[in-house]
Amino acid sequence: MSVSTKAAPAADQEMLISGCAAIAQALRLSDIDVVTAYPIRPYDTVMQAVAKLISNGEMDAEYIVAASEHDQFEIVKHASAVGARVFCGSSGVGWMYAMEAIAVTPALRLPMVALVGNRALDDPGAFGCEHNDALCVRDLGWMLTWVDTAQEALDTALIAYRVAEDRRIFLPCAIGADGAFLTHSEVLVKVPNKEKVDQFLPKYDRGDKMLHPDNPITIAPQVNEDWVMEIRKQNDEAMRRARGVIQEAYRDFHKIFGRQGGNPFVESYMAEDADVILFGQGTLSLPVKVGVRKLREQGHKVGFVRLRWLRPFPTPEVQETLSRAKAVGVIDRDYSFGSPNHGAVLYNEVRSALYDLPKRPHVISFVCGLGGREVTLDSVTEMSEILLKVAKTGKVEQPNYWIGVRG
Amino acid sequence: MTGSIEVVYRGIFQKTLGQRITRGIVLAAVKEGRVGISFGRYGDSPERNGIPAKSFAVVADNEEDLQTYLSRYEPTDNDVTVAVDDTLCKGVESWAWYGLQPINKLTRSGGVVLTTSMQSPEELLEDCHRKDTEWSLAVLKGIASFSGLWVYKDDHTDVRVLGAIARLAPHVVKLESVEAAIRDEWNDELKVTSARKAYERVEARKVRPDEGNPERPYEFQLPKWWEMKEGLVIPGIPVQQDVEGWEGGYRPGRNPTFKKFATRTMRPVVDFEICTKCTLCWLQCPDSCFDVTPTGHYDANMEACCGCGVCEAVCPVENCITMVNESAFGDNASQFEMYEKDKDTYKSWLKGKIEDKATTDRTHGFQLRGKYEEEVQEIIREVTK
Repeated sequence: MSVSTKAAPAADQEMLISGCAAIAQALRLSDIDVVTAYPIRPYDTVMQAVAKLISNGEMDAEYIVAASEHDQFEIVKHASAVGARVFCGSSGVGWMYAMEAIAVTPALRLPMVALVGNRALDDPGAFGCEHNDALCVRDLGWMLTWVDTAQEALDTALIAYRVAEDRRIFLPCAIGADGAFLTHSEVLVKVPNKEKVDQFLPKYDRGDKMLHPDNPITIAPQVNEDWVMEIRKQNDEAMRRARGVIQEAYRDFHKIFGRQGGNPFVESYMAEDADVILFGQGTLSLPVKVGVRKLREQGHKVGFVRLRWLRPFPTPEVQETLSRAKAVGVIDRDYSFGSPNHGAVLYNEVRSALYDLPKRPHVISFVCGLGGREVTLDSVTEMSEILLKVAKTGKVEQPNYWIGVRG
Repeated sequence: MTGSIEVVYRGIFQKTLGQRITRGIVLAAVKEGRVGISFGRYGDSPERNGIPAKSFAVVADNEEDLQTYLSRYEPTDNDVTVAVDDTLCKGVESWAWYGLQPINKLTRSGGVVLTTSMQSPEELLEDCHRKDTEWSLAVLKGIASFSGLWVYKDDHTDVRVLGAIARLAPHVVKLESVEAAIRDEWNDELKVTSARKAYERVEARKVRPDEGNPERPYEFQLPKWWEMKEGLVIPGIPVQQDVEGWEGGYRPGRNPTFKKFATRTMRPVVDFEICTKCTLCWLQCPDSCFDVTPTGHYDANMEACCGCGVCEAVCPVENCITMVNESAFGDNASQFEMYEKDKDTYKSWLKGKIEDKATTDRTHGFQLRGKYEEEVQEIIREVTK
């Protein structure tokens, strides 16, 4: 399909749009070639927003309505192999349904960018936010990042293309966006002009890996046990390189757009001198920061660290920001049933990252906000008080708390 | 003490046969108070049409010795290597072992290669690659026990091989325990007789290191992780190559390391005199194995042909292409070159190949319904005589 597109606005604009619409703006600015759609809440608003941009003539991309989530990912996977810049996404069980296609993407080194509008895994048929859906790609070779505002969603989508399509990387990247709280809430978002984006984001060049009649290659042949370890090792090396490429991308982004100047991997909020630190990812950062400010007013040295990239995991930053505290509470909007200490996923990642430090804080697991339950100021206070007590006594009464569960 | 048996078979057609032999070894070993495992060489290949595949049996005096083998794909020091199709003596090749593996490669020094064949040991030795140490070649007289897709041909080849193994490697299993295992498993005295007859009749011949096919089998090195192209990308094969020694003609590019002739049980022979150059064989060949000659004929390249028989099936000219048992050939030379050099010699060579019913009357069983039932009875009568 080819449509004539309207000239893009020359200047930056400020628009009142949802997180999903902000992602759609980033897709317009990135000149994506192929986008697939299959509806599932809360991701579906991004495909609706993209459809609207295309029908309004503001964007030109192949918009393919797939027969299922699995088909969606297969379509973009193959489109990426022939050199198209692609976008895809899903939520909850839809993301899980596509898992076969999702799982093989890293080995093929196809740099697709995907949005996971985070949603509880059915049953029950819950639409609320939970991170377990996206976390299922944690160990598959996908890069994985979480955003906390619509602005960050837009910026991160641009950065994700830049990093994923870097020849040193060529790995898929999933952006986790909290269902409802981010996907469906409209806030003011700065939408940059196309010229700046072009300066930041080069064209996707697949080089000699592009499937094209002029470049006869086979992609994904049958391999047996004598090849798999080598392929995994290549993916591992790419993931290790991603750390440096992400830093480069944020540096350039800050230069061009004037935003995203801090540490790309973690946001440290009042944590430098904190006795106790809350740690988490996604939109819960907003009430937690408010809670931290209130507790600070009351004289408690509480801080917050937000994880922005889970894969590659920023071990040095996590070690550096958390090691100074006496107690760290990891707030998880996910759970890992039967895991060590019956903790959740981030909790176990953080504890693992801190293990080799000569002096390490106590780490508590807070399971909170599952299935879209609100993380309130009261929750923040409750968690902080538990941590302050641990910091004061040096004793951990229990390693794990379910915050806000009835009972 | 540990003993191991390797059974090399043709995927699909002999899968059950291979499994029954290795299971039989373990069942017999158990009769002697020993322990054992029977397993297939894991991979995709055993399910593929005619691709060489393997089953193994390992027996040991105790669990500890046995467990040393439990996470192996292939034991590398087999007391007996069984080839249930004698054309496998030319070498073993599949996706799971790179290059051409000589049939005696995993046979231990002093071990035995046992094959069912109508050929003499001397004829078979022309196919078997040389080995650094001394080994033995044993021939159990009989035709290859092929079946159609997933169909098992119960012609006593399994128990005959078991009987022969008891004779060749009594430290692995003894005849009495093989007989006891057959009674237990199949409850058939005729099968016990077959095993005993095979035990009596099998003959082994010592092979010196200077005997056998002197060719070095082709092989290649697996790349290191940083040598491989990232993203599971394999460069395409160049489309065209000139044919060395030919003025004109055409040879399609072929992957030099992809499965080749060891998958073949039969090969096409072409009567160039009556060929109409209709191109059907060339177009239909799934492995692009035909070279186009300067005269516009189609020369089946024996380095590439896997012997599937599609060319014979599609050829519209009667008797122009005939599939002939691979055991009737000693090399992979070009038929067209032989024809060009001396047409009369070629004609008599061709006649000899296609008129010998012993070498052409062989199928994988999907062409003639009911053929096996007759054949099985005939073979049983023969081997239990």
